[in-house]
Amino acid sequence: MGSPRLIKNLKSILTHVFIYLLAFLTFAPFLWMILTSVKDMSEIYVYPPKWFPSEFKFENYKNAFDAAPFGTYYINSLIAAVSVTIGQLITCSMAAFAFARLKFKGNNILFLLFLGTMMVPYNVTMIPSFMMLYWLGWIDTYSALIVPGLASAFGTFLLRQFFLTIPKELEEAAYIDGATKFGVLRRIIIPLSKPALATLAVFTFMGVFNDFIWSLIVLNSEEMRTVQLGLAVFRDRYLTQWDLLMAGSVTAVLPILLVFFFAQKYFIQGITLSGLKE
Amino acid sequence: MKKNISMRKGDGLSALLFLSPTLLVFGAFILFPVIFSFYLSFHQWNMFSTDTKFVGVDNYIRLFQNEEFWDVLKNTAIYTFGTIPLNMIFSLMVAYILNKKIIGKKLLRTLFFAPVIISPVAAAVVWRWLYDPNFGIFNYFIGLFGINPINWLNEPTAAMAALIIMGVWKTFGYNMVLFSAGLSGIPDNYYEAAQIDGAGWWAKFWHITLPMLAPTTFFIMIMSIISSFQVFDIVYVLTSGGPLGSTKVLVFYVYEYAFKFFEMGYASAMSYFLFLILFILTLLQVKYMKSKVYGA
Repeated sequence: MGSPRLIKNLKSILTHVFIYLLAFLTFAPFLWMILTSVKDMSEIYVYPPKWFPSEFKFENYKNAFDAAPFGTYYINSLIAAVSVTIGQLITCSMAAFAFARLKFKGNNILFLLFLGTMMVPYNVTMIPSFMMLYWLGWIDTYSALIVPGLASAFGTFLLRQFFLTIPKELEEAAYIDGATKFGVLRRIIIPLSKPALATLAVFTFMGVFNDFIWSLIVLNSEEMRTVQLGLAVFRDRYLTQWDLLMAGSVTAVLPILLVFFFAQKYFIQGITLSGLKE
Repeated sequence: MKKNISMRKGDGLSALLFLSPTLLVFGAFILFPVIFSFYLSFHQWNMFSTDTKFVGVDNYIRLFQNEEFWDVLKNTAIYTFGTIPLNMIFSLMVAYILNKKIIGKKLLRTLFFAPVIISPVAAAVVWRWLYDPNFGIFNYFIGLFGINPINWLNEPTAAMAALIIMGVWKTFGYNMVLFSAGLSGIPDNYYEAAQIDGAGWWAKFWHITLPMLAPTTFFIMIMSIISSFQVFDIVYVLTSGGPLGSTKVLVFYVYEYAFKFFEMGYASAMSYFLFLILFILTLLQVKYMKSKVYGA
């Protein structure tokens, strides 16, 4: 006669074991990547696989950085990601302010059109966008990485929804005191919208830093390559040099993983607030 | 009061000013491209030559008569409909368990979500190593169960399976978050009432959880189809479309024709065809979006 309580506890323990096992399996590729990145080649090509290296070989990172200019790739990725993020915070809050607060003809229709642009698949816009940049002479420049990203329907939508929740009384007082619309946006709305702005910043930064196809199309020269493009080229060149490839991969995921660990709630918020992908 | 009225008058001009940066970028990189690629799809054009030749619907006819295109479409469909059921079962299961009394929820959620946020390129490089036929972890694990090693990335069926497994791993955390939000929106008293009626675990799941989650499930399904149809990065790095074109998917094909063969017109016709497929799917989902934007 097992008491119901005992059964309940047993069920709870089994559930815990199961979910932690699943979480471990999900995270295992990360561990495997990190462990391989500090192994000597002689310990990589062994069967059965050996989990822990007998000594940590951090030179792999140095060797990877010697084999390809990851430092340059990093700077390129950071320049693109930071510029687009700052740019989007500005353009999206301005557009969101217009949609949330200004009365003008066609506000709703224009906003619906904005939402509609989210449904256009990127491979439809990819070819003419490339040609636009080609005509502008921007192929293989930072402008090609940055300018097309300086507006976002997702960001505008996210901020508009947030701005709508801010009570209007504060603004009205400011207008009476002679504030301009831009002043109201900057001094009242923006400071009150930090969580929404942080969500947008985190998403945009991640999107640009992780982007691959766009850099693949618009960049040619080695010194312009982003981390992701650089890593893809690196993979073609060092097909089975798993020590270097894993060191390169760790390098390419580290900043995002760090941002994620410290700002996880903004990622979660971004998804649940909007329920939209990318 | 007077000031307030005068402010309202000038809203049209201010709105234009506030919207202008966004309108400019969208005009150049969304509106123009949508129109121009439609125009291009009826023309033959190598982007480096100056003459554009009007060819009517020839690009579309060529597309439908091209056997490889149908294979590519089939591959895309296999990837999409192979990934989504697994993805949804996993994400719902994990969200369901995390909705219960579990120790260390925050850590668990972080671990499940980590694959979503990392770069697809780096993830695919790592997975190539996991799938290594001689020293890969995958073959080691299936070996423990007495299964012979599989040449994951060099055999057509296995390569597609490898792509699907990785695709599920990379994306199920995203849907987990959406399901979690959906689950936490189900009022507790529904479950309590069912408990009093003596309903078991399965009955509660089947008669309360699933029906209450239906809108979320529908939304996730449509969004997943749309994004799976456009898979590119992991294909490019994991299999490069091979072996024997078995994992060549639509966007990869468009990319090849546009940026390797520079057949811009033909590639545009392809992408418009994909647009049409996605548009139909999107229409199904717009209703849901509308209620979400204006209902809140």
